[in-house]
Amino acid sequence: MIEFHDVEVVYPNGFKALKGINLEIPRGQFVVIVGLSGAGKSTLIRTVNNLVVPVAGDVRVDGKSVTKATGGELRRLRSGIGMIFQTFNLVKRSTVIRNVLAGRLGDNNALLSLLGIFAKSDVALAHESLQRVGIPEKAFVRADALSGGQQQRVGIARALAQRPSIMLADEPVASLDPPTSHSVMRDLKRISREDGITTLVNLHFIDMAREYADRIVGMNGGEIVFDGTPDEATDDVFERIYGREIDEEHDIRGAA
Amino acid sequence: MGQPDAAPAIAGRLRTIGTAAIFLALLWVAGRQTDFSFVDLWTGANDFFGFFLRLNPDWRALSQIWAPLLETLQIAYLGTVFGTLLAAPLIFLASFNTTANAPVMWIARTILTLIRSIPDLLYAAILAPILSIGPLPGVVALTIFTMAVLAKLASETVEAVDPGPLEALRATGAGRNRMIVYSVLPQIGATMTSYILYVFEINVRASTVLGLVGAGGLGQLLVTYLNFFDYEGIAVLIIVIFAVVLLIDAASVYIRTRLL
Repeated sequence: MIEFHDVEVVYPNGFKALKGINLEIPRGQFVVIVGLSGAGKSTLIRTVNNLVVPVAGDVRVDGKSVTKATGGELRRLRSGIGMIFQTFNLVKRSTVIRNVLAGRLGDNNALLSLLGIFAKSDVALAHESLQRVGIPEKAFVRADALSGGQQQRVGIARALAQRPSIMLADEPVASLDPPTSHSVMRDLKRISREDGITTLVNLHFIDMAREYADRIVGMNGGEIVFDGTPDEATDDVFERIYGREIDEEHDIRGAA
Repeated sequence: MGQPDAAPAIAGRLRTIGTAAIFLALLWVAGRQTDFSFVDLWTGANDFFGFFLRLNPDWRALSQIWAPLLETLQIAYLGTVFGTLLAAPLIFLASFNTTANAPVMWIARTILTLIRSIPDLLYAAILAPILSIGPLPGVVALTIFTMAVLAKLASETVEAVDPGPLEALRATGAGRNRMIVYSVLPQIGATMTSYILYVFEINVRASTVLGLVGAGGLGQLLVTYLNFFDYEGIAVLIIVIFAVVLLIDAASVYIRTRLL
């Protein structure tokens, strides 16, 4: 369960990214957040693991404030929250398995992991995570030798290695071609279901939001302007979220 | 359309003229103060080449050169290794994306700037009487020099790494040290090795002259030869230094191109 209470974010340049967000996401829900670039989607999900620190309000994960947590307590909370990124954010020169093992760094023996030594159980978990995203054979390949879709799967595996209760996905398919996008979204959804992981996904594309979401949250100008089921999110609603008409010139549906 | 652009164009031209004027004025003042003269340079050049023509290498000097040559290389090697080890923590403290906090970063940067402001030969000259004449002040001088130069070069590399993997590791709950080991080191490894080799090259060159101020190596032999007007020996020494520096440069360039 994730709770946002009057969350406000102002960036150092004075830009108000979030203007008093209130939101409650129950355990296991697959939520897609839609909106234009700059609407506050990325900022919103980064307040969940405190990569972005609100100036006011509170974000709670299973009752514990992430916003107020510091030091070791914050790192412990983060270790239970997986995150995947638009640009995958892998260490390209490292092997796949080393990238996945990085997911174990949050709760691990400091000295041993600095020396590159991991417990047998951690290594097994890393291999199992790769198995679950369908690329077990890539474990000892360098990350930059993989295709975009495979790199994002490594990103998902790294998050899975954290055994997360929450998964944050910031535009996870924006750098991928449409068929790959769908297979990555299917993987995310399946894993979310199987493990009961509460998942927050930022997406640009309407069709994909409707197809995969349990719930759609629409943002515009740092505020929530829609919150409902995919059925309720009609074209009219999307036009309101994006503040313009859906036409061929500004097609925001994305190809299937 | 032309009117609004005219003012900036004139301002730009004035700036160019001003820069050129300052440049020429500095050139003139510097030339006057140092009594620079092309006539002297011309006659001096003749003497310079004449000196080389008079150099008549006496290869028997080689037997005296090997030991200090080895010492020179060892001074450079030790200085590079110790300097690198000392630089390691400073590199990350001086980089905005891996530092502990802002005050620590500024302290680290200030220390590095202060150290770098003194040239290595001066360190050696100061240290030689303190640590007694010999290779030790040379090693210490090059250690300090390596630390400052490497930390500066490397922290610029650290600050230029892809921030994505750093953010990803922060999101997993990893602490600062683990973020450095798992996301920064793999990104800077090759560049760092290349920089260390480059600094070693500089150190070999530097350590050939450190002996002039009593810090061991070939320079000390050079001073002896100069004092005894032993031009046959100096000739051999210059050829040896030339060959060794060239050899190490070539090896280092080869390794660095293979790395990157």
